[in-house]
Amino acid sequence: MTLIDRAPELGRPAGEQPLRGRARAGWLRRVRPGITLAWAVVVLLLIAVAFPGLLARQPPLAVRPAQSLLPPSLAHFFGTDQSGRDVFSRVVYGARESLSIGVAATAIGLGIAIVLGVAAGLGGRWADAVISRFLEILFAFPSLLLALLFVAMFGAGVGSLIVAVGLGSAPGFARMIRGQVIAVKRAPYVEAARVLGHPPWRILAGSIFPNAMRPLFVLGTLGVGQSIVWASALSFLGLGAAPPAPEWGAMLAAGRDLISTAWWLEFFPGAVIVATALAATALGRHLQRRLEGRVA
Amino acid sequence: MRTAAPAGADLITVTDLRVTFGSGPAAREVVKGISFEVGTGECLGIVGASGSGKSVTARTLVGLTGDGSRVTAGRLEFDGRDLRSLSERRWRSVRGAQVGFILQDALVSLDALRPVGREIAEPLRLHRYGSTAQRQAKVIDLLRQVGVPEPELRARQLPGELSGGLRQRALIASAIALDPRLVIADEPTTALDVTVQAQVLALLAESKRRGRALIVISHDLAVVSRLADRVAVMQDGLIVEQGPVDDVLSRPEHPYTQALLDAVPSAHSRGTRLSPRATGPGPEPLAPAAPGGRAARPRPGQPPLLTATGLVKRYKGPDGRTRTVVDQVSFDLWPGETLGVVGESGSGKTTTGRLVLALTEPDAGQVTLGGQPWSGAREGDRRARRRRIGMVYQDPLGSFDPRWTVRRIIADALPGPAGLGGSAGLGGRARLGGRAGRARGERIRELLRQVDLPDDALDRRPLQLSGGQRQRVAIARALAPEPDILVCDEPVSALDVSVQAQVLDLFADLQDQLGLSYLFISHDLGVIHHMSDRVLVMSGGRLVEQGTADEVFTRPRHPYTRGLLAALPTIAAPEGAGELLR
Amino acid sequence: MTAAPDAALTAAQAPGVARRRARRLAGDLGGGVIVLWGAATLTFLAIHLMPGDPAVAYAGGVASHPSHALLASVAREYGLDRPVIVQYLVYLGNLLRGQLGYSASQQLPVSEVIRLNVAPTAELTLGSLVLAWLLALVISLLTVRRGRVLSSIGSGLEIVTASLPQYWLGIILLEVFAFHLGWFPATGGSGLPGLVLPSLTLAIPIAGFLGQVTREEFESALEQPFVTSARARGMGEWGVRLRHALRHAVLPGVTLSGWALGALISGAVIVETLYSRNGLGNVLLQGVTQQDMPLTIGVVLVVAVVYVMATILVDLLYQLVDPRLRTSG
Repeated sequence: MTLIDRAPELGRPAGEQPLRGRARAGWLRRVRPGITLAWAVVVLLLIAVAFPGLLARQPPLAVRPAQSLLPPSLAHFFGTDQSGRDVFSRVVYGARESLSIGVAATAIGLGIAIVLGVAAGLGGRWADAVISRFLEILFAFPSLLLALLFVAMFGAGVGSLIVAVGLGSAPGFARMIRGQVIAVKRAPYVEAARVLGHPPWRILAGSIFPNAMRPLFVLGTLGVGQSIVWASALSFLGLGAAPPAPEWGAMLAAGRDLISTAWWLEFFPGAVIVATALAATALGRHLQRRLEGRVA
Repeated sequence: MRTAAPAGADLITVTDLRVTFGSGPAAREVVKGISFEVGTGECLGIVGASGSGKSVTARTLVGLTGDGSRVTAGRLEFDGRDLRSLSERRWRSVRGAQVGFILQDALVSLDALRPVGREIAEPLRLHRYGSTAQRQAKVIDLLRQVGVPEPELRARQLPGELSGGLRQRALIASAIALDPRLVIADEPTTALDVTVQAQVLALLAESKRRGRALIVISHDLAVVSRLADRVAVMQDGLIVEQGPVDDVLSRPEHPYTQALLDAVPSAHSRGTRLSPRATGPGPEPLAPAAPGGRAARPRPGQPPLLTATGLVKRYKGPDGRTRTVVDQVSFDLWPGETLGVVGESGSGKTTTGRLVLALTEPDAGQVTLGGQPWSGAREGDRRARRRRIGMVYQDPLGSFDPRWTVRRIIADALPGPAGLGGSAGLGGRARLGGRAGRARGERIRELLRQVDLPDDALDRRPLQLSGGQRQRVAIARALAPEPDILVCDEPVSALDVSVQAQVLDLFADLQDQLGLSYLFISHDLGVIHHMSDRVLVMSGGRLVEQGTADEVFTRPRHPYTRGLLAALPTIAAPEGAGELLR
Repeated sequence: MTAAPDAALTAAQAPGVARRRARRLAGDLGGGVIVLWGAATLTFLAIHLMPGDPAVAYAGGVASHPSHALLASVAREYGLDRPVIVQYLVYLGNLLRGQLGYSASQQLPVSEVIRLNVAPTAELTLGSLVLAWLLALVISLLTVRRGRVLSSIGSGLEIVTASLPQYWLGIILLEVFAFHLGWFPATGGSGLPGLVLPSLTLAIPIAGFLGQVTREEFESALEQPFVTSARARGMGEWGVRLRHALRHAVLPGVTLSGWALGALISGAVIVETLYSRNGLGNVLLQGVTQQDMPLTIGVVLVVAVVYVMATILVDLLYQLVDPRLRTSG
């Protein structure tokens, strides 16, 4: 749902279209509130993954029925759930699992995409035609539906979730990588290397691969943000991780029925997910701009 | 055709115009206090290099200076009205109706999604000219005025469907639609073929004859000399010289004007430097460093380095039709000579260059290099010989790997284990140690010296260099494998006149020092005439004329060549030399 | 930009243009057929790759406790005792005839389930698409290049909304507008009031996306020379925006509308669940949860058909908006 899908539709690979930065007035340019905020979120997340005890004082699994369904307060930043567990703690402790899911799904998606994209870009007309058709077929299924199909086949659960989300994001990535590979293949500097008499493998390794893979880093960050959102969406629908694990998506699924009475059960985990996705997107774009500006 | 004195009263008066962009410590003064006047029926030409402030000046005259700009002037008057305090609404009534503005390159200056007729009708509509039907009729009339055939049909077409010349005429039509008293043309002939350029200039001259005042901005002295009565030379935001065009161009007083005139490549400049040497002023004849010098090329008795026989190349267009892009082209290239290939866009000269480089195979005919088959040979066999023939592109930036530094770009092209044909050290960081490494480093620095670049350029990236410096890096890279032939495809077309002059001199110097042969491709007749020993003239894929530079340029045989040369605008030559071809 | 051809078109070439467009359309349709065939094949593979007996899958999943008799009749119907190739052909044949099987979770033929649920989903999706475009255009037009503050606000708004997951946005909207303010019904509402919140939930993230793309093109267009030409003719700011830049700016958005429709359909699964609306999304979720393959596959294929048709329509629409394509074919 993010920028990742956009570029392939337009036929412009990420590397060729530097994301436009606007000149900001004086202090805004220096401070850049958006990026600072994004970095802050990332740092908090990393602390939550590595040292959750630093951020959350209360144990995430402690059941205290007497304190169930309390609204947010100073004692419980995000309120408590139906078993009396502190939602804030659960969110903090859940970061590890949720981020892992996002990273794993992105890794799967990018892995498949690189294989397909490079094969299509470098493999000659036949390989390109076949793979492109295959991607087109995959595109006929909106991404979530592809993931749903997979879950239908293999049942719900975290493993299924990871693969499903990975599969769902792969076609979009693959199209982008293919586009990038083709653009680089046709670039004047590749031709200049041919004129100099370099053998093909040397051009591949020295110029084509490094330049074609340049947007990967950005794709990775954007992908993690996107994957976390999708995975949580599937969990919300009841198809992902199961309670009582403090995984963000599972928390969403558990609180679904209590929306009208205990809104904080859905709101805060969701807000954290959104913040993570936004931070990933913002950082991805920012780093992309820095990379482009310095090099291209 | 040039009037001696301005006719009629002053239409536009500018005194001490200053334009600043940005504010605070980042403020840049782009126009630093210039003054000029233009009267009705008179044409003022403003010349200068890019960055001289001429375009900004033009835009300020229609109030479109741009965001973040501050404009001050002692006087800024049009037809008696003070423009300095004009509100935006008043400006809108002036623009289009009183002052017409023609931008360069109609392909991007007309809305590609709207029919041409709508673009031309726009000023009519904005200034409430008549009814819709009357406007339609006026559009047709305007198209006819500017010499567009089948105006009813053309008015319905999109800009992309018209040829370059027709497009530019349509753009002019939209600017003169309401018969404005002043027309400003910003680089009206750049990006146009020579013959089309001549037509557009004739159109503008006609405009002047009808009593309009004209301001023409151009970097091209010849264009300005053809149209203008008076000329102002701008450098770095100031007018360094101003006066009647004959005076300024034949007896320039300011050294910058002189340098601009010297830098123009032409028949007159053959055999001389275009730019001042670092050690002294030019122009001076090139010292014949190699025995024989320029006059002795090509050396008799030696076999040609490269032979092209009956080359044919066809391409299938998007509409399915096959176009013959290169049609039976044959020529030889002798050692140490410069073979110029000239033609308009679409003539097939670039494709010929690619065939010569064996980047693409001909559909018929063949190319031999050093007596051995070149086209049609297996790429595996050819690769080792590729070092003998190199290429210099029009856009050097695109031809560099965007991640590499200058050092790596050049090192990559050096022969040896870490360079050509070798398997070691793909990364620029993997430098060979010991003596081999030092020798390579020394060679890289030597190449830089040959192209007049300082050593500290080595660690920069191409993005941090200027256009001229990038082209020098490209040349250094091309020289690294010690080639015999360089194919240069429009190598100076994207460069400013003064930078172009330096690079052309560099090409000449290198040829003297290293005995290179050049296949020099350009659409610019002056450059070709200046650089070439022999010339090929191409049109529509065919080689229509070939011969020595003198033969082709002074005694052209083919009607196409004659037409091309006749369309060239000329500059009056320095005193005593008569009027020579530019 | 397309390059100028050497010879300009004359009136005599118009029938050639029509022929080219027809050929392009035929090509698109042919491509669409191939894609649908591929999609059908993919679903066939899905049934045979999933763990368990294909017969059980066809019968509606383990949870539906199919009887032996049912399993036997399913096996006969789908030719499960024959070689795989024959099964494949039988499968395709069934699809072409509209035989989508029986849904155990809904206790109805799949085609019937689809027929009953298409309308509300279509209503929701199409309405949301229109709403998304409106929102995107309004924000872009109002905030592009109108000073740093306004531009930053507009751009920031788009980035944030594009990243909002529908379930979260839906929850917030429900909480604020349904539970607190009571302006709109929370669940199952019919007619226009019941459509507002779900449409907004779907439309806002898509609007953020379309807005970003349109904004970028808008800014780019406003910097182009043809806009300066228009200004030099005396055109004012709004004229330049509406008459010149707008058309250029919406072009990439039009291309994206096909993708946007797909994303909206995906989102409909979530939104229909959240708001307890009837529709294909809701039904699909039930099918997936219970591993009711005939239903899942049926819905997924219907969506694929819609998506392919939408892509072709979008292509036609694009040709309408970009007149350059009329001539180059």
